[in-house]
Amino acid sequence: MKSKFHPDKNGYFGQFGGAFIPELLYPNVKELADNYIQIIESDEFQKEYKSLLKDYVGRPTPLYLAKRLSEKYGATIYLKREDLNHTGAHKVNNTVGQILIAQKLGKTKIIAETGAGQHGVATATVCALMGLECTVFMGEKDIVRQAPNVARMKMLGAKVVPATSGSKTLKDATNEAIRYWIQNPDTFYLIGSVVGPHPHPDMVARLQAIISEEMKWQLKEKTGKENPDTIIACVGGGSNAAGAFYHYLDDEDVELIAVEAAGLGVNSGESAATSQLGEVGIIHGSKTILMQDEYGQIVEPYSISAGLDYPGVGPLHAFLYESKRAKFMNATDEEALAAAYELTKIEGIIPALETAHALAVLSKIKFKKDQVVVVNLSGRGDKDLETYIKHLDE
Amino acid sequence: MNSIQELFQKKDKDLLSIYFTSGYPKLEDTTKVISSLEKNGVDFIEVGLPYSDPIADGPTIQESSQIALENGINLDIIFEQLSTIKETNTTPLVLMGYLNQLLKYGEDKFCKACVACGIDTVIIPDLPMVEFENHYRALFDSYGITNVFLITPHTSEERIRKIDSFTKAFIYVVASASITGAKGEISNQQIAYFERIKGMNLESKLIIGFGISDKQTFNTACKYANGAIIGSAFIKYLGSNGVDKINNFIKPIIS
Repeated sequence: MKSKFHPDKNGYFGQFGGAFIPELLYPNVKELADNYIQIIESDEFQKEYKSLLKDYVGRPTPLYLAKRLSEKYGATIYLKREDLNHTGAHKVNNTVGQILIAQKLGKTKIIAETGAGQHGVATATVCALMGLECTVFMGEKDIVRQAPNVARMKMLGAKVVPATSGSKTLKDATNEAIRYWIQNPDTFYLIGSVVGPHPHPDMVARLQAIISEEMKWQLKEKTGKENPDTIIACVGGGSNAAGAFYHYLDDEDVELIAVEAAGLGVNSGESAATSQLGEVGIIHGSKTILMQDEYGQIVEPYSISAGLDYPGVGPLHAFLYESKRAKFMNATDEEALAAAYELTKIEGIIPALETAHALAVLSKIKFKKDQVVVVNLSGRGDKDLETYIKHLDE
Repeated sequence: MNSIQELFQKKDKDLLSIYFTSGYPKLEDTTKVISSLEKNGVDFIEVGLPYSDPIADGPTIQESSQIALENGINLDIIFEQLSTIKETNTTPLVLMGYLNQLLKYGEDKFCKACVACGIDTVIIPDLPMVEFENHYRALFDSYGITNVFLITPHTSEERIRKIDSFTKAFIYVVASASITGAKGEISNQQIAYFERIKGMNLESKLIIGFGISDKQTFNTACKYANGAIIGSAFIKYLGSNGVDKINNFIKPIIS
């Protein structure tokens, strides 16, 4: 079925997307663009991918009816438990898929970028599983902030290369990964979100789509209907939201809510609410909405969550925002922390800080009685304990 | 005829082009560097438009761009600086920047500003051919501006022929599959690639860039193309020696 939410042949979702890449990258990107759909749709790939998701990752992830949370907010709230995946977040759905694609294309060297380190760990994990060489680019600042994930990557056999340019965070790690890719065209760039030049946004969305694929039959089992009324997910680059929305994009009666990180407040100057603060521009090879100054210089975003402080948003999300198919909300650092504590106390689940932003909007929405809501619980909070401990007494 | 075509009519071999970052090392150095390069016999000059996220550039140009941005450089200042030398400068200038800079500045406004400064040639490394055809070709044509495309060792013959048909200034032959940066020497593999491109008998003039750093690499490149571009090596020199000593860098190369 052809959906308006699938990219056209040049990789556009409406006016967003495309592949704005230097000629140096053209052969690599074209090779992937020419092959990815055929590979993903092949029986062989599907068999291997689904088998690894089941036995290695631990899918399907539960769709859990959060009774006390539901009671509190006066709705029927389900949590899609991506936090129970191997490596602790939805990221691994994508890395398992892409590592199989890399193998089909005969690639033996893998590179990746990482911000908080979750995608880096998920990439290092599948590289260890397949015996492939792995290099992860990570901002120098993030290496200091996310030491446990750096240690995990190293233990998994990956080489962690510090990105020392620019602001020394995720966008710079991505720049460094792209530069390395230009100089080493035999490598496979295993990108971590629905960003980058076409076909990366579409490829990653298809690999994360397993989230909503499972939601459909799980909801049917539990409620008798495949469709919920509302789906809520946090958005940095937007991969977990893309996966949670994917199979519902054309069902316009399903409300989609994307939650961005407002940092200290949308207009505080310290924020990562791209849809509110950004304008149309090009970042990492894709036309999208991004935070920039009046001369098109990219602005460094801020959020307490290292997984949401990306100055852009995937082109699909820019299109969902512009076409109003998704509603964009945001949550501040403080609201996210409060939501994390609340879920921990009333449901016994410590969520990742990113996920906490999605939970934080529950208190901002007026639900109808019996409204069926799914919150994509994208990751677990182990990696954020240091931040949580700091706020334990507040 | 554009300024580069006019240049080729007067001289079509051993052309030396220098890339520099505008606003570097100091904000007001843009015009000083251009004047000095002109005085020292450089054939055409690439004026780099500093960008926060220059994915096609190596560490040297990246660092110079960051310093220039910290100096307060922006497109308005660059165009103002360039307009002050419009009457005196006779060396063709080529602007090199990233597409987002044009997009945000306004594509029309950017083209108008180029025309006002007497500039008719641009290099935008992240503007791919398909986007150029669909969104920029007509606009650039309407202002008499021409875009320079890059080819690399991995660019297919079919694609090179197509780029050749689009080209009005020159084809930028990227010396290796690489980002910008001074490498020191030219390998036999690179020479085989230059020979392959030369042997295609393209309509367009060829200028080799990326990894050209001194007299030796410049002379080698000129055997296979109409000229060559030096970027990172010049930026490094400029960073350590300043604007006043530019002659000491250029003279040994063209002597």
